[in-house]
Amino acid sequence: MKYVIIGNSIAATNAIKSIREFDKENKIILISDEEYINYSRPLISYLLAKKITKEKINYLSTDFYEKNKVDLILKKKAVKILINEKSILLNDNTKINYDKLLLTTGGTPIIPQIKGINTNGIFNFTKISDVEKIEKYIKENNVKKVSVIGAGLIGLKATEALLELKLKVTIIELSDRILASTLDKKASAIFENELRKNGCEIITNTTVKEIITENNKVKELSLINGTRKKTDMIIIAIGVKPNIELVKETEIKINRGILVNSKMETNIENIYAAGDCAEPTIAIWPVAAQQGKIAGYNIIGQNREIKNIVPMNSVELCGIPSISAGNTVPNNSDCEILVLYNEEKKIYKKIIIQNNRIIGFIMIGNISRAGIYTMLITDKININEFKDSLLNENFGLINLPKEFRKHLVTGAGIEV
Amino acid sequence: MKKIISKEEYCIGCRLCEIHCTVAHTKTKNILKVFKGKDTKPLPKIKFEEKGFISFSLQCRHCEEANCIEACITGALYRDEKTGTVLWDENKCVGCWMCIMLCPFGVIEPDLQKKKISSKCDLCINEGFPVCVKNCPNEALVIEE
Repeated sequence: MKYVIIGNSIAATNAIKSIREFDKENKIILISDEEYINYSRPLISYLLAKKITKEKINYLSTDFYEKNKVDLILKKKAVKILINEKSILLNDNTKINYDKLLLTTGGTPIIPQIKGINTNGIFNFTKISDVEKIEKYIKENNVKKVSVIGAGLIGLKATEALLELKLKVTIIELSDRILASTLDKKASAIFENELRKNGCEIITNTTVKEIITENNKVKELSLINGTRKKTDMIIIAIGVKPNIELVKETEIKINRGILVNSKMETNIENIYAAGDCAEPTIAIWPVAAQQGKIAGYNIIGQNREIKNIVPMNSVELCGIPSISAGNTVPNNSDCEILVLYNEEKKIYKKIIIQNNRIIGFIMIGNISRAGIYTMLITDKININEFKDSLLNENFGLINLPKEFRKHLVTGAGIEV
Repeated sequence: MKKIISKEEYCIGCRLCEIHCTVAHTKTKNILKVFKGKDTKPLPKIKFEEKGFISFSLQCRHCEEANCIEACITGALYRDEKTGTVLWDENKCVGCWMCIMLCPFGVIEPDLQKKKISSKCDLCINEGFPVCVKNCPNEALVIEE
């Protein structure tokens, strides 16, 4: 038996852990086109802001691959899956055979096809190599003004790091507010106000029409709304799409991403997918972590299914923490919405209820015990009995029905 | 593995568990110095809850499948291979709050000033025995192997 994994982020490393829990002997081969091993992608903004050193970006011990007997093939790209002969073709024309294959190819940044996009000074912000390129360009070109296109999570994490480096940042966002896919207007406004106070410019409801260049470097942005903005550097953060290049001309079924069932199996036997490349896509770290784990278990024949997952995010900007999960801006009128808002203290809590179940929440300023609300969503708990306490400052397990609480705290069979 | 069981029927709400937990996680471990401000006073790693006549305290459940470890972006939260205890490496933590988003018991609290989580129970790894259990006067907290 030979296991081959393509990609090397959390879905891959968690799959390795699952496989090695049961199978200590058979070969695991991991193929990655990157030079660095097991680094945490969400930490690149901390690296750019110099809040952590390069050593701290590794989330596993350096001997992880050795200890788990993984053969690493680095800086090589898998270019083709030959399903009939169960092998992978690499870009140096070598072939690797597999018995079980796991695809964790992640996502690729979406690049807008606009005039000037191929000039120097335009970067993505998803890999450690992006940080290196950005740092080099800032230094060599005496960058003062940066434009961030797109105000999703990646764009804002980049913004936060750039502000930390004392650069002047302009955010350009097509929607009417920042973090539009996870926060509502009130929540976005709290962060927008703070960002503006920190010297950041935010332009919404428009995007870039053209990048004006000089000596093959970015110089100015021409926006769809007719205005122009001088800029020394651009970060493109308008979104990420599943990286499915490798499976495009195969029988593996795709839509936006690689289609998988709750066991992370694709339609082809012995081929699995997990993380940002898989669909249904919720491109966040905890989901990729869980999917990788489950894929690993199924690869070695442990019958395991993925838990109910909802989109969720933890974002801290300008020192204000926020956690949101589920549907935060419902458009159906049968939802009940509980709100607590203190403008002065910058505290906001919003809970969305439908059919006696919480389907989403936003917590800003005070994020204490957010996980209890997340659990109430994912476990679809009926909250009718304790609805009145949901907004309480000291809401906790004590508000939950006694039997449920005891079962939760002590586990099935050992209730006291 | 060791597990602390919380029995709310026996909890008398004295909060001694909180006090001893706080003291056990300081440099001096001297109760007077800690509470008179002569040593740092960390937040307790135990969560006390009270409503009417009901009260109990709860600390990390050291879950077999721990959401917090799975979600940790830095590797700061990890499982001790020998004991199975969920431990936390303060140096690695950057305060991303992923664990807080996902802990179903709500027993990890953020320290917003330090930008690190502040309340991860370590089963008193340096004391040999959990001080909350040891000092509970009514056996509302007990340990089971």
